[in-house]
Amino acid sequence: MIATALATTARLISGASVEWRCSPHTDAQRIYFGNHSSHLDFVVIWSALPPRLRERARPVAGRDYWENGGVRRYLAGRVFRAVLIDRAPAGTASLESARASIKRMAEEMGNHDSLIVFPEGTRSRDGEVAAFKSGLYHLSRLRQAELIPVYLENLNRILPKGETLPVPMLSRVVFGAPLPARPDETKQAFLDRARDAVVQLRSPR
Amino acid sequence: MRLIDDRALLYLMAGIIGLLILSSIVSRVLRLRITSDRGRATMDNVDARIRAWWVMAVLFLVSIAAGTIGAILLFSLISFLALREFVTLAPTRHADHRALFWSFFIVTPLQYWLVWIQWYGMFSILIPVYVSIFIAVRTVLAGDTERFLERTAINQWGLMICVYFISHVPALLMLEIPGYEGQNVKLMVFLVVIVQLSDVLQYVWGKSIGRHHVAPSISPNKTWEGLIGGTASATLVGMALWWATPFSPLEAGAMALLLTAMGFAGGLVMSAIKRDRGVKDYGALIEGHGGVLDRIDSLCFAAPVFFHLTRYFHTL
Repeated sequence: MIATALATTARLISGASVEWRCSPHTDAQRIYFGNHSSHLDFVVIWSALPPRLRERARPVAGRDYWENGGVRRYLAGRVFRAVLIDRAPAGTASLESARASIKRMAEEMGNHDSLIVFPEGTRSRDGEVAAFKSGLYHLSRLRQAELIPVYLENLNRILPKGETLPVPMLSRVVFGAPLPARPDETKQAFLDRARDAVVQLRSPR
Repeated sequence: MRLIDDRALLYLMAGIIGLLILSSIVSRVLRLRITSDRGRATMDNVDARIRAWWVMAVLFLVSIAAGTIGAILLFSLISFLALREFVTLAPTRHADHRALFWSFFIVTPLQYWLVWIQWYGMFSILIPVYVSIFIAVRTVLAGDTERFLERTAINQWGLMICVYFISHVPALLMLEIPGYEGQNVKLMVFLVVIVQLSDVLQYVWGKSIGRHHVAPSISPNKTWEGLIGGTASATLVGMALWWATPFSPLEAGAMALLLTAMGFAGGLVMSAIKRDRGVKDYGALIEGHGGVLDRIDSLCFAAPVFFHLTRYFHTL
């Protein structure tokens, strides 16, 4: 019930219209990957999913933020069932801890759940989509799942980085067609193609 | 209580419902006679519009039946949603965030609160004077000068059109017209009915006999035939409704003519903004109509002019 109320609130604040270019009804496991510009991003994707898909969709989020305080801990643990990963301070990230995080994500997915990830790694300030980090590539090798590009429009204007109060403009969520698998692709080619798939979903304007 | 006492108001409301029933029946009959695919698509759109009209009319009638508070709540919600559509479309920057937050959550409620407490002096200058200054100052304090004039104008203009102008509809309730005490709600109905009916009549005339475009670069659907036919018929309707207003029949007709002209002007200006931004509609909230702003575009210029003319000629 809290989940439904939260989803409705998120839809009201973000005024999101949702567009589907893949099936909104599926039993397949999915990895939704989107552009990141606001704290609202994952809630908006999550609330845009139909209830059946929403129950299975789990965000990947930073442990430091979501375990800070009772409400956040409750939401992350019980409502969103977030996969919390340790974020190393800038510059100190080790290859091992990154590998361990990817492995955790794959394990948490099991053979039922879907994930919501933001491969840019951090929020963009101007709404542009930055280069993707390599986690999505490794994750896609570990788990057979549909890779769904998601474009979020206007969220950087509703709640930009550094602001705490939202301005209730209208936004748009576009779920793109699954990214086709190309087994012998290089890592960089895959990441560029994944980023392009997100950028392609932008309105032509 | 007041509702039942006021016969004229009941007639107006019954008239609105009757008109909707009539249009639902006419659209059914028209559908039977349609054979082409294009005609069917037009009828689908007409049906969607009529369905939305039912919802809007019922919302409007229920709110005004609830009294002053109902009217204020309805129009403050309309202002809020319209401002939302306006700002979404207009290019603002991160530095405008705080000023925009003020516009939505402080200025809009404040303006309608002034209507509620009937403080005419402050109501009429809050946004044009104090808020306009505030927005400019708040925006300059954010330190970003890129497109500064344009961004400030967007915020100020958004508030003028969506909040200030629209708030003149419920503000009609604060006018003290000798011999018309406690009946101002009918002025609101008169304003809204004439403006919206003129839109509908222009659409109907235009669809039926429209050939010559008025402003093809701005609004491809507006024709001279629609404009003249719609204006003439809405003026006649306005004249015929004089009994619900403090006006004489001739005055009521002149008012309706002016409202139609203002409605046309408002629609044209709001269309130009859409063309500039490369979109067809401001939103998608109302099926067949587009956004809230697409529906009230003709009301935004008509409301303040109607308010001030009525105030000038009929209050002490």
